[in-house]
Amino acid sequence: MIEWKAEYKKLLWLLGFFLFAYYMPIGKERFDNAVYESLSLVKWYAQEHVILCLVPAFFIAGAISVFVSQASVIKYFGASAKKWLSYSVASVSGTILAVCSCTVLPLFSGIHKRGAGLGPAIAFLYSGPAINVLAIILTARILGAELGIARVVGAVTFSVLIGLIMHFIYRKEEQKKVESQLAMPEPDGARPLWQTVFYMFTMIAILVFANWGKPDSNEGFWFILYSYKWWITAIFGILFAVSIVMILKVKILYVVISSIIVLVISLIFAGNPIIPFAASFVLLSVIISFAKGEPQEWMSSTWGFTKQIMPLLGAGVLVAGFLLGSPGGGEGIIPNKWVETLVGGNSLFANLFASVFGAFMYFATLTEVPILQGLLNSGMGKGPALALLLAGPALSLPNMLVIRSVIGTQKTIVYVSLVVVMSTIAGLIFGSLF
Amino acid sequence: MKGIYMLTIRVVGSGCPRCQELEKMCFNTAAELNLDADIQKITDINKFADLGIMFTPGLIINDKVFCSGKLPTPHTLKNWMLMNNK
Repeated sequence: MIEWKAEYKKLLWLLGFFLFAYYMPIGKERFDNAVYESLSLVKWYAQEHVILCLVPAFFIAGAISVFVSQASVIKYFGASAKKWLSYSVASVSGTILAVCSCTVLPLFSGIHKRGAGLGPAIAFLYSGPAINVLAIILTARILGAELGIARVVGAVTFSVLIGLIMHFIYRKEEQKKVESQLAMPEPDGARPLWQTVFYMFTMIAILVFANWGKPDSNEGFWFILYSYKWWITAIFGILFAVSIVMILKVKILYVVISSIIVLVISLIFAGNPIIPFAASFVLLSVIISFAKGEPQEWMSSTWGFTKQIMPLLGAGVLVAGFLLGSPGGGEGIIPNKWVETLVGGNSLFANLFASVFGAFMYFATLTEVPILQGLLNSGMGKGPALALLLAGPALSLPNMLVIRSVIGTQKTIVYVSLVVVMSTIAGLIFGSLF
Repeated sequence: MKGIYMLTIRVVGSGCPRCQELEKMCFNTAAELNLDADIQKITDINKFADLGIMFTPGLIINDKVFCSGKLPTPHTLKNWMLMNNK
């Protein structure tokens, strides 16, 4: 017996694809250009961003989820924790807790029902998706340092503000709530803090220096730093190799052998530092995937993130290129004029439109970055871009429905309106500055 | 219903890829060990906190939280199931 309901869905997909193929406007200049733009954007990402930026970022995200004790952060969300501490931790802990957006909603519900209450829960809900480590790295790298920093600062400040406002509006209800304690997960592992910090620091330094941009002038401190960036990266690479032996207890023999291989490769391909850089990540993956315990866990969570995010990001880039064109290239299927009329410049309407659009639209993890890049290329102003970044990832129609099931319709509406209004204001301010 | 099964396994997760993987792992392991297990999926995030799960995927075997926020290795999962199947 065939389940016809499930089959209908497949039929609809097939039919849709057939109709698209049948009427595909091949030969029409606009369509052909859009396909070209879409492919060239994918190529640009593959060449510029994958090896130097995304791969190290996945390793860092994986390391955070394995080596940073999440339980030690959660204790600041308990019902008995000091309120100012709850707010400040909630506003920044997204960096280490929310590497995957699917952890945000359960934690939000937990903090709200059993822990520090509505205010800190909202603060976490808002800032979590915006300041997770992958989002920060990708925003700063592709959309520029200004937008990257503005995104972090905006998300952190707003989360506290919105949390406090929500708490103030509903303070009476909050007091009535039964004091029930949050079940605290046991902190695991007893690695000294400085070790974890050192180890994370070397990895982040490698990422930062490998991606060091060429400054405008050919002299001065920044240029010297730029011209020696591969040497600096290599020094941190050595420190990193030492740290995985000392801290992660990976067998020293393997690390030495891999370091020699990387050294040989870098001598052979002296003009192209990307090759030894890529080789060292391949070797690192091999070493840690065969080591027992923590290193293996690190590899498996790194791979988990890669598996989860790469296909989404790839599809996001394809769609963004098709709809909006690529940097320095031509137009996508949506005319630049439309984008300019709606979100060009820095008017109140442009900012408001960007934040409302961002609030309801669903962005799969990190795809807000290529989409926003496309919009910026097609003439979006910087202010509306920030407004979209601040309202976008924290909210979407499906996630509003989940939030509604936790805190009710009225509070959800207040929350969404607060986000939209504040993002609009931030966009207006940012747009007038840059 | 209770009493028929020796093992009650609850996989707690809102539908993220890792939660689905954990559910699959539980089914496979139970089948492999030939255990009579009642495997449930809890997807309502309002219940997570009451069950003591802060990070998903969470795994609860016979009312005790065994793991939250990560996937156990297949070997560990096997041991947990055998341990609780008394």
